[in-house]
Amino acid sequence: MISLTPTEIQEKLKPILARHIGKKDELIPILQETQDELRYLPEDAMREIARFLKISVATVYGVSTFYHLFKLKPSGKKIIRVCRGTACHVRGSPRIVDEVSKVLNVKPGETTPDMEYTLETIACFGSCALAPVMVVDKTVYGRVTPGKIKEILARPAKQEVHK
Amino acid sequence: MNFTDLKEKATAEWTSLEQSRQPRIIVGTGTCGRAAGAFAVVDAIKTALAAHNVQADIMNVGCIGLCYAEPLVEIAKPGKPHIMYGNVTPASAAQLIEDYLVKDMPHPEMALGTIGEGSIEGIPKFWELPMLKPQVRIILRDCGIIDPQNLNHYIARDGYSGLVKALKMKPEEVIAEVKKSGLRGRGGAGFPAATKWELCRKEKDPTKYIICNADEGDPGAFMNRMLVEGDPHSVLEGMIIGAYAMGATRGFIYCRAEKPLAIERFKFALKQVQEAGFLGKNILGSGFDFDIELREGAGAFVCGEETALMASIEGKRGMPNPRPPFPAQSGLWGKPTNINNVETWANVSAILQHSAEWYTQYGTEKSKGTKTFALAGKINRTGLIEVPMGITLREIVFGIGGGILNDKGFKAIQCGGPSGGCLPTSQLDLTVDYDSLQQAGAIIGSGGMIVMDEDNCMVDVARYFMSFIQSESCGKCVPCRVGTKHMLDILTKMTQGKGTPEDVNTLNELAQSVKQGALCGLGQTAPNPVLTTYRYFADEYEAHTKNKVCPALACKEMTTYYILPEKCQGCGICLRACPSEAIKGGKRMIHVIDQDKCVKCGTCLEVCPPKFTAVKKVSGEKIEVPKEPVPVIAGKPGAGETK
Ligand SMILES: Cc1cc2nc3c(=O)[nH]c(=O)nc-3n(C[C@H](O)[C@H](O)[C@H](O)COP(=O)(O)O)c2cc1C
Repeated sequence: MISLTPTEIQEKLKPILARHIGKKDELIPILQETQDELRYLPEDAMREIARFLKISVATVYGVSTFYHLFKLKPSGKKIIRVCRGTACHVRGSPRIVDEVSKVLNVKPGETTPDMEYTLETIACFGSCALAPVMVVDKTVYGRVTPGKIKEILARPAKQEVHK
Repeated sequence: MNFTDLKEKATAEWTSLEQSRQPRIIVGTGTCGRAAGAFAVVDAIKTALAAHNVQADIMNVGCIGLCYAEPLVEIAKPGKPHIMYGNVTPASAAQLIEDYLVKDMPHPEMALGTIGEGSIEGIPKFWELPMLKPQVRIILRDCGIIDPQNLNHYIARDGYSGLVKALKMKPEEVIAEVKKSGLRGRGGAGFPAATKWELCRKEKDPTKYIICNADEGDPGAFMNRMLVEGDPHSVLEGMIIGAYAMGATRGFIYCRAEKPLAIERFKFALKQVQEAGFLGKNILGSGFDFDIELREGAGAFVCGEETALMASIEGKRGMPNPRPPFPAQSGLWGKPTNINNVETWANVSAILQHSAEWYTQYGTEKSKGTKTFALAGKINRTGLIEVPMGITLREIVFGIGGGILNDKGFKAIQCGGPSGGCLPTSQLDLTVDYDSLQQAGAIIGSGGMIVMDEDNCMVDVARYFMSFIQSESCGKCVPCRVGTKHMLDILTKMTQGKGTPEDVNTLNELAQSVKQGALCGLGQTAPNPVLTTYRYFADEYEAHTKNKVCPALACKEMTTYYILPEKCQGCGICLRACPSEAIKGGKRMIHVIDQDKCVKCGTCLEVCPPKFTAVKKVSGEKIEVPKEPVPVIAGKPGAGETK
């Protein structure tokens, strides 16, 4: 991933900040919109947001690190999410996490050095009937077994057809 | 437009849909349907319709609750009952269009049931199916039936008539009606809704807020999400009624960003009601002003806790605050605030549409109405269900859920997620209501129900929940931050076969301290999974710590896989399937697992053909096997067969 210069970040933030009026409770929505745009929260973006809301950078950092959704590092091209909900757990998701970790050689929360894959776990995907569930970008794979992992990861990225 | 006109228009639209001369195809496209491939099915239906030159309407609906049979497709032909088909694939969908729509062959073998008047030979009535018959639909009244993006559908089925009724009553009368209904909060604690409303109503501050808690962060719970996806207006109507009753000026919906479809539905519905005049200034000419804003949560389980949730709306780290002051006195930005769960609000709209009296016919003396549950785990029919309070766990597991997968033995049902508990066979006749579940050590909670079978280890389940809680602990108070970490460490040790009997005592002591000392509900209830598994399955703790055995063969570090030399036929299936390349062998050679390489994923056990069943998993036991592959012993049963 190409890293952005502080000026580029400022440019990207402009339209986002323009949608807000500078109230403190806008912090989380601004961070969400920023991450949607930049795919993570670079330090320079946090500084800029702090300036805009007239709060300390530490406050912005504190909030950014509190919520799981916010990422301080860029993610890989493909995001692999393994569901760790209870139904998935009792139907074998720990083995799925282990196997993906092994194949990609990363731990949950990490990205492969070539920036191709990020492995994440999610609390519950809500498709418990298909447990264990794993999601690659937007494609959902149900009833996954460790034996199927390599094949799933090898597939080209496919977007779910949204109508 | 006034409400009478709106209603008339909506009813006309719904009736013309019901009586249409054109066939209609209804597809469940909630999150669960989509995950199972509903969109590919819709595409196949469109192609087939075009190919056969058939005109039909395709309607997207939310989840009707039969998650195990997704994707679900309901076909309505004029003059016939609708037919609901389950487990539809693009291929079978195309076939149904040709055979049923074009040729009138309904394929009973693919059908789940018929809906509406009349019958079709060989197909049972949908609502009489064992999964559905014991259910009562109040909260899920429209889910899977209406198009969630069509306000007219909602209005045609009595939607917003509860609001219209409420606006003609005095706010106090609305609260009295809710009080009479006995409605208790569905977010977990079961606090009487009207009591909270009264407190908030009494406050003198002209600025008051109400909140809809749609965080639903418990693993294994998807009831709120499905309700919002399938019928967002039932929640909004409840909120507007509540706001009127309490005199609130602004409302918030707090929904976690991980539920994109629910958020989309809420946003769409909000716009619709703002345009229709059910929100905004002078709602339906009553002089009452109120609006609702949606806030996306950024993924923190503790933000489901009301005080943490409010901190999060204010843009802060979502950490809980001690109560009192209660939100009703000092909540969002220090103003009187009332917070209720998604499902509580959907109940409110139903109660006002009908009456408190009607509502109280369902449920038990102290737990009125119905409750939705997300039924999942090792059960045949997983799904979203709604049952009257007072039903037994047995009826849910074996009646609605159809018993345990693969005819295995039932071990436990986990109710209430990380704050709840695991109940064993001896508790199956317990009635499901706030008080009896609590006495048994579990809680109704938000409504997750996960069924576990003999292959699930209760120590591992306790460790699972503790690891969830530990990573979600916000860190503000010591008992939760440090206590849960210690508990997790002990449980991890136990599941690795390194625990001691002394650890069991320490674990129980810690559980009591965390329960008593933690600041918020997260920590106070965190020990519940440990306490209930210990209460009902002490023998498993003993086996792990004293004998270093995992009786369920679930704890990875305590189990070993072997290939039995007298059974292996050297077919090579496991060797090829092993993701770790830990199996040595060759054609007609007895295969051997390299224990150093084995990651205990269990793939070999799954793929070994049933006629051989040569792979065995053991705990605390050693099986003598050859070190290197040796030729298969000739003349054994099954010898010579390869695949
Ligand atoms: C850790 C924790 C998580 C919670 N998560 C939720 C949740 O996801 N949804 C919810 O409605 N209530 C949740 N609650 C309960 C809320 O604090 C609050 O009691 C509830 O929203 C009140 O609504 P009710 O009276 O309608 O049940 C949670 C409580 C705790 C302690």
